Amino acid sequence: MSSVAHVPQDPLPIGPRPAPRALGGPIGWLRANLFASIPSSIMTLLLLFVLGKACIGLWQWGIANAVWLVSGNDTSACRALRGVGACWAVVPEKYRFILFGTYPFDEQWRPALAVLIFIALFAVSSRRSFWRKELFLLWAAALIVIGCLMWGGFLGLSFVTQDRWGGLPVTLILATFGLAFGFPLGILVALGRRSKLPAIRSLCVLYVELIRGVPLISLLFMASVMFPLFMPDGVNIDKLLRAQIAFILYAGAYLAEVVRGGLQAVPRGQYEAGDALGLSYWEKHALIVLPQAIRHVIPPLVNTFIAFFKDTSLVLIIGIFDLLTTAKTAIVDPAWQSFSVEVYVFVGVIYFMFCFAMSRYSRSLEAQRGTS
Amino acid sequence: MTTSTPKRPPARPWRLSLSDPRVAGLFWQVLVVAIAVAVVAFLWSNAVHNLSVRRISTGFAFLGREAGMPIADSWIDYTPKDTYLRAFIVGVVNTLRVAVIGIVLATVIGTLVGIARLSSNWLLARLAAVYVEVLRDLPLLLQLLFWYVLMQGLPAARQAWKPIGGVFLSNRGLILPSVPLHEANWWTVLALVAGVVAFMIVRRRLIAQQMRDGRARPAWPYALGLIVALPALVSFLSGASWSITLPELRGFNFVGGLTLAPEYFALLIALVTYTSAFIAEIVRSGIQAVPRGQSEAAKALGLKRGFVLQHIVLPQALRVIIPPMTSQYLNLTKNSSLAVAVGYQDIVSVANTTLNQTGQAIESIALIMMVFLTISLGISLFMNWYNARIALVER
Repeated sequence: MSSVAHVPQDPLPIGPRPAPRALGGPIGWLRANLFASIPSSIMTLLLLFVLGKACIGLWQWGIANAVWLVSGNDTSACRALRGVGACWAVVPEKYRFILFGTYPFDEQWRPALAVLIFIALFAVSSRRSFWRKELFLLWAAALIVIGCLMWGGFLGLSFVTQDRWGGLPVTLILATFGLAFGFPLGILVALGRRSKLPAIRSLCVLYVELIRGVPLISLLFMASVMFPLFMPDGVNIDKLLRAQIAFILYAGAYLAEVVRGGLQAVPRGQYEAGDALGLSYWEKHALIVLPQAIRHVIPPLVNTFIAFFKDTSLVLIIGIFDLLTTAKTAIVDPAWQSFSVEVYVFVGVIYFMFCFAMSRYSRSLEAQRGTS
Repeated sequence: MTTSTPKRPPARPWRLSLSDPRVAGLFWQVLVVAIAVAVVAFLWSNAVHNLSVRRISTGFAFLGREAGMPIADSWIDYTPKDTYLRAFIVGVVNTLRVAVIGIVLATVIGTLVGIARLSSNWLLARLAAVYVEVLRDLPLLLQLLFWYVLMQGLPAARQAWKPIGGVFLSNRGLILPSVPLHEANWWTVLALVAGVVAFMIVRRRLIAQQMRDGRARPAWPYALGLIVALPALVSFLSGASWSITLPELRGFNFVGGLTLAPEYFALLIALVTYTSAFIAEIVRSGIQAVPRGQSEAAKALGLKRGFVLQHIVLPQALRVIIPPMTSQYLNLTKNSSLAVAVGYQDIVSVANTTLNQTGQAIESIALIMMVFLTISLGISLFMNWYNARIALVER
């Protein structure tokens, strides 16, 4: 090297690099995602083996060897399987009871319609463009219509008492009314917990911590066993309504904590701006603070809704006929006793559809917030 | 230089009007408290009246009476001739037994699944996602009933499955080999605990010394001495026997070994799988919350993969993970009360039976609440202590 300053005239020829391994196409994808390294390849093969065995087993049990229909209560075909195949025949036989409980058979279009109204209500409420004041009116109207449908007693609809309600409508009623009343309660309690007034604040803290500190079952036991003790003579409230009250109190405590998180996320300046405008406490919160606070916590709110929807199944323990209880009751029938797994799978699919839709929705909201 | 405190404006005279915020505050507080007191007094007077009509005496005197309640699955001695108090203690032990083991297992499985969701192996990540999605979106009670039905569908004891020698799975539950704990063995266990504690103290001092002079001192000789040699010596001196009892089939049931009753086993599986799905999501988001630059910087320093995960990523992720993890632990403990649905006698189930037998509704539910509030408080205190320990020390 005589000179450092100038570029040599004929640089040493560097051989061309080998072409990179194909990254595109299915083979490239496989290589990158399934067989990137030796441990990864071993893991993939192991998982494929286990998955394959599980799939074959499930296929044989659930489809290949399954009995789909039997006539009447003759389950001998199912019994002959001795567990090597599913007896899906239990679903067409029992689905009316599982979905609607002991509601009069010929009137079951009414709970079915109620379920559809519920679903439509949820679908409408999930659209951002419908988040307006009119939505509250819509909810009130829908809940009244559902109540009228379920009870009846007018326009030629026969009256059906609550103890005959059952199945999916009861699950949806418990969850929806619990939320519809628990949410305002939660907002009030959350505001109370952030209030400057010590007596109100400690009452709210006591309520929230007491409810959140104990299992839901003990609240339901309270509602079913202790509530009558606390009522004056002659006052008797229906079991479903008592459970509903327990759910409202329960939902209120959990939603209060979520809303409180949202209230904490609203900057101080917003409160101060409200004060500067001379708004009253309620005007300030209703017009300025709460709309922002709730917008902050919509994803956790939806997660609380999901948890709450699943928790309604606990009424099984106090003997209210929700979806899970009707499923469990359907297989008390001696002919179908040994096919509970099939019934639980059927009910599980229904619960899953509702919860999965909500969790997908929550995730899409979070994604929207991430981009905006 | 003198510092002068800013002068407070003179206090405004009180006006007896709701537009004065102080008067309004007082007014609302008095109103709310009065309503709360009135409601409680109303309910209480009704309760007193109703109880006297039904001839139920209030108070906890019933705890001393004979329970007459059979409890099949108990870790402490109990017969139906024992008192209600003892039945309640059995219930609490049963709750703790499922909650503590459940928390440990759910944490382990949840962490593994959470890490698997972030795996670069597509199949593993997908399967972990399906696990989380399915388990989170089904009610726990449904899952519990499902597992319980599966347990009951297992073959009878004579045809029990034997996945590994000494382990049996039948409709009597899961039967495992066990080590009987004689008195002599307890000394060894005690020595092991003492050794671990002593090692932790020694290790702390070694680290403190290293902080001072920068010289690394190996800790393993102490570990060998305190954790291995000390218990071994005690075991030898006290003449402990560590023979494992294998369960055997005699007649229609198993003798020896440790039996996990089907109720307990179903409850444990349901709680662990359900909670682990939530923990997996917490772990995943915790790891994702650590900026990529952290692990890249560590790799650039030439640190090994395991070291990076253990000393760089996890300590930072833990700060995000611990608070939601605490609430999952609390949830698992509270959810263990679903035991009543499959007939595992935890505190709620015992209290419910007591309530039906004696009519002492208020006392029984008060006991449930006390037990759960105590457990919740215990878990919260522990997790808060741990959280404070690992919190970011700002210098």
